[in-house]
Amino acid sequence: MPLPLAAEIAVARAAGKLSRLARAGGGTTVPGKLLWKLDPGSIDRLAARLPEGSAVISATNGKTTSAAMAARILRDRFRLAHNSSGANLVSGVASTLLDARGAELGLFEVDEGALPEIVARVRPKAVCLGNLFRDQLDRYGELEHVAARWREAVRGLPTGTSLVVNGDDPQLGALARVHSAALVFGVDDPGLARASLQHAADSKYCVRCGTPYDYAAAYMGHLGDYRCPACGDSRPPLDVAARKIELDGLESVAFTLATPAGERVVRLGLPGLYNVYNALAAASLALSLGASLEEIVAGLESFSAAFGRFERIPIGDRSLLMLLIKNPAGANEAVRTIVDGGAPPVVVIGLNDAIADGRDVSWIWDVDFEPLLAGLDRLVATGDRAAELALRFKYAGLDPDRIAVLPSLQAGLDRGLELTPAGGELVVLPTYTAMLALRKIVGERGFVRPYWERAA
Amino acid sequence: MKIVVGHLYPDYLNIYADRGNIAVLSRRAAWRGHELEVRSVSVGDPLQPNEHDLLYIGGGQDREQALVAQDLASKAEGILEAVGEGSAVLAVCGGYQLLGRSYRDFHGLDLPGIGLLPFDTIAGDKRMIGDVLLECELEPGVRRTLAGFENHVGRTRLDPGAHPLGRVVAGFGNDGESGFEGCRVGRVVGTYLHGPLLPRNPWFADWLLVQALAHRLGEAPELIPLPDELETEAHAVSARRAESRGGRH
Repeated sequence: MPLPLAAEIAVARAAGKLSRLARAGGGTTVPGKLLWKLDPGSIDRLAARLPEGSAVISATNGKTTSAAMAARILRDRFRLAHNSSGANLVSGVASTLLDARGAELGLFEVDEGALPEIVARVRPKAVCLGNLFRDQLDRYGELEHVAARWREAVRGLPTGTSLVVNGDDPQLGALARVHSAALVFGVDDPGLARASLQHAADSKYCVRCGTPYDYAAAYMGHLGDYRCPACGDSRPPLDVAARKIELDGLESVAFTLATPAGERVVRLGLPGLYNVYNALAAASLALSLGASLEEIVAGLESFSAAFGRFERIPIGDRSLLMLLIKNPAGANEAVRTIVDGGAPPVVVIGLNDAIADGRDVSWIWDVDFEPLLAGLDRLVATGDRAAELALRFKYAGLDPDRIAVLPSLQAGLDRGLELTPAGGELVVLPTYTAMLALRKIVGERGFVRPYWERAA
Repeated sequence: MKIVVGHLYPDYLNIYADRGNIAVLSRRAAWRGHELEVRSVSVGDPLQPNEHDLLYIGGGQDREQALVAQDLASKAEGILEAVGEGSAVLAVCGGYQLLGRSYRDFHGLDLPGIGLLPFDTIAGDKRMIGDVLLECELEPGVRRTLAGFENHVGRTRLDPGAHPLGRVVAGFGNDGESGFEGCRVGRVVGTYLHGPLLPRNPWFADWLLVQALAHRLGEAPELIPLPDELETEAHAVSARRAESRGGRH
């Protein structure tokens, strides 16, 4: 016989406190894991207690940032249960639910692979799907496999559930036709489009008939305004669009947000086209949850980055600019954003190959690092797979004498700082566990707070 | 000397960083004073049997693989003829499977292969994912290792007597049972190893260049050695990974 829910909750919460006290980490998933083990159905019951229900956000890239943006918009309207530390598996959602005393609305960033189970358990009233890129094939399997599981999850949604999708992604645009109440967002600014698809573009063949799409505009990876010349499958009409996008290097980006409720200019304190996509996802989800255009603009404009995704950390008389990289599409945008801000002379790239980074490091060969080469005086390759990364640059044409291979992240960081003049900024591109380790190193020197102590 | 590489379906089969393999061949040829010219041969393009010194075919997701399988069948004759007159071939992952006789997928559907290599492939129920280390003996008495990464659901069974590319030291290999990885007939090599394969296994990149040059020149030339410290280090890390965590579900 299962324990009563109240007893399970008490046991699981105590485990989280112990984990934090023992400094074993954030303790962010320990209680949830325990609860999930004890009685997985308890997660369904906890979610059902939220008076305003739940919303989930998933994507290969940007889900942490779009969920954090949505939280910023919605936090004045609802008391939120939000997994802001990025614990996005079933256990992470369970932990958040356990901690969410008095919350009204659940707002969950969800791992792509975990989406079907979480949707089945939490029964959200809104589901926001941002993009599907090739990512950690060793962990998720092929893109098509994830897409098929998402299609199935969407087919199973009750008609009353709002579906918010990025119409610029052919795999997701197709879902708008499967579900009756879909809100479609995308970019509408042909002036910003790339001349051709990037090397790593994934879904460039028609989802219906397999013919290569014609792109009237390709914005990022395979995201864009596509049309199949054979069967006519095309991007669905956009309900929410970003127009007149103005990129301002590493500092910010401004755009016109066009929605059924009207148009407003939005100025984000984050750079890059990818953050416009994140903002569109957050804005569209918030709209579907009843937020006003004023709340959306105010929320987006007051937002600063989710941790480690794009962070400036002062470190003595220098500063670190840290951009997380984890797959070709995301890394391409990080590179493009950095180069738009002026190609830096020194770059530190941290490549680890733990499960959370992807054990298969072949993805670095699909990233377009080449735009960095022009101004690069020194590359510091660090992390467990530093040598592999060094090869990526050697075979791109960088003189091996300009490459320092330092597998220790501590040593890599210090070499990068040494090469940075006082008052200067050091660009660091780490994979996920390298980012956590680097933040820990910098934190031990007294410059950043642990992530679980940060306010959402 | 100019070396002409035919890159088959670069727009469809490019999932595991196949351009890394091409970049390595290209640079290592250039450092020896040779020029590597890469020509794309995609859907609908004719394949001239005497045009290429090396044919390269990479890996794709199931969807892309099915899209090219049909076209490849129309090129089968040209490929067999090219191999017959001495062209070298490197096929990785999905491309490797298509060089066999057939591929039966998870739903029991058969995808035809071109029958260049003596094996059949059947999808299993569990993906074989992880780091791999092989020991190869491409020339009698010369044993060298290849380190890479595998991610495949297909189980490839070589015909009795057929030669694998190497013996599995750590990892799954062709089928997780036989202890064999890849398949080799003369200058034709197929393998599941990506990573990509060539950057961290420079001796094998050079072996391929020698085979391609042998096709062009009529005899195998000696290549001057290159400083491969970074490559050696990357190989060592990859090999350690395979030994500590390869071949486990």
